[in-house]
Amino acid sequence: MLSFAIAAATVMFGIAIALNLYRLARGPSRADRILALDTLAINSIALVMLRGIATESAVYFDAALVIAMMGFVGTAALCKFILSGDVIE
Amino acid sequence: MTVLRKIVPYPLLSLLILALWLALNNSIGPGQMLLGAVVAVLVTRLTAQFWTDRPKLVRPLLAIRLFLVVIIDILVANWKVAYRVVGPLDRLRADFVDIPLDIRDPFVATILGGIVSLTPGTVSVDIDRDRWTLKVHGLDIDDRDEMVRRIKARYEAPLREILSC
Amino acid sequence: MVEFGISLLVLLGAAFALLGSVGLARLPDIFTRLHGPTKATTLGVGALVTASMLHSLSSGGGLSLRELGITLFLFITAPVSAHMIAKAAAKSDK
Repeated sequence: MLSFAIAAATVMFGIAIALNLYRLARGPSRADRILALDTLAINSIALVMLRGIATESAVYFDAALVIAMMGFVGTAALCKFILSGDVIE
Repeated sequence: MTVLRKIVPYPLLSLLILALWLALNNSIGPGQMLLGAVVAVLVTRLTAQFWTDRPKLVRPLLAIRLFLVVIIDILVANWKVAYRVVGPLDRLRADFVDIPLDIRDPFVATILGGIVSLTPGTVSVDIDRDRWTLKVHGLDIDDRDEMVRRIKARYEAPLREILSC
Repeated sequence: MVEFGISLLVLLGAAFALLGSVGLARLPDIFTRLHGPTKATTLGVGALVTASMLHSLSSGGGLSLRELGITLFLFITAPVSAHMIAKAAAKSDK
């Protein structure tokens, strides 16, 4: 039953990521694209964790943590760039 | 007590870092305890410049209560947002609302902004530190005054009590 | 029984994440779009992390608290990034 749930969840996250990519391509504003990238990062964390549950392995956890941190730092840097036209003042 | 205070100037923050260190290493062995304690003390000391006028935690029990209230509200928020997202979009009454704050501390105002962002139908957009208002965007607003009252009574009042500001 | 609970949590998490992304794709403007990802997607990952913890507990891996680190991190950063994106959107409107 768990393997069925994991398969179904993988499909759902796949659709979610496709929707994020649609918003990323469509825009229209730069803030929309940043939001799409941020959501994409969170959805990929979920996909990686899902793999971790399916394979009963703990190594996926670290990958998920790295994506989480990089996603946040990337979002912050992009927003900063829009707000001040500069990442490092 | 004062000697201990000198060695560990930020006990709560240090404790939090130690707990996080142990959780991330997934062990509570004596070695990790020692390493985590050293990291916790060093990190708080090295970042002390950023913590100049932090507010004091005076009501820890009320803090736990607020934490639980926020968790429950997050769960409720998701049902509501999910319902709005799949429903008809032209019936959404999305708008900005300015909430006048009683808080005068940027750090506490930021916490309030974070709580507002995570709970029912609202995202904080801007904290105006000149007029002390919190600009909030609501997804579907029935009654502006009611919403402002709710946020002030449910989150702001306990936060002010907990951190005495 | 435990497996049923884990499956339910996995599906619930996926459903919330999907709803957040549907909101991102479907809602009319940037400020309404902010609502989906900050709440639903974050909670979706939260549910998944809980499922992962339960799973490692029930399959004999012992209680693993490291997953809580991710949840904590996401719940702290989600409002912050939402706030920054909202500020960026408010600026680029002008």
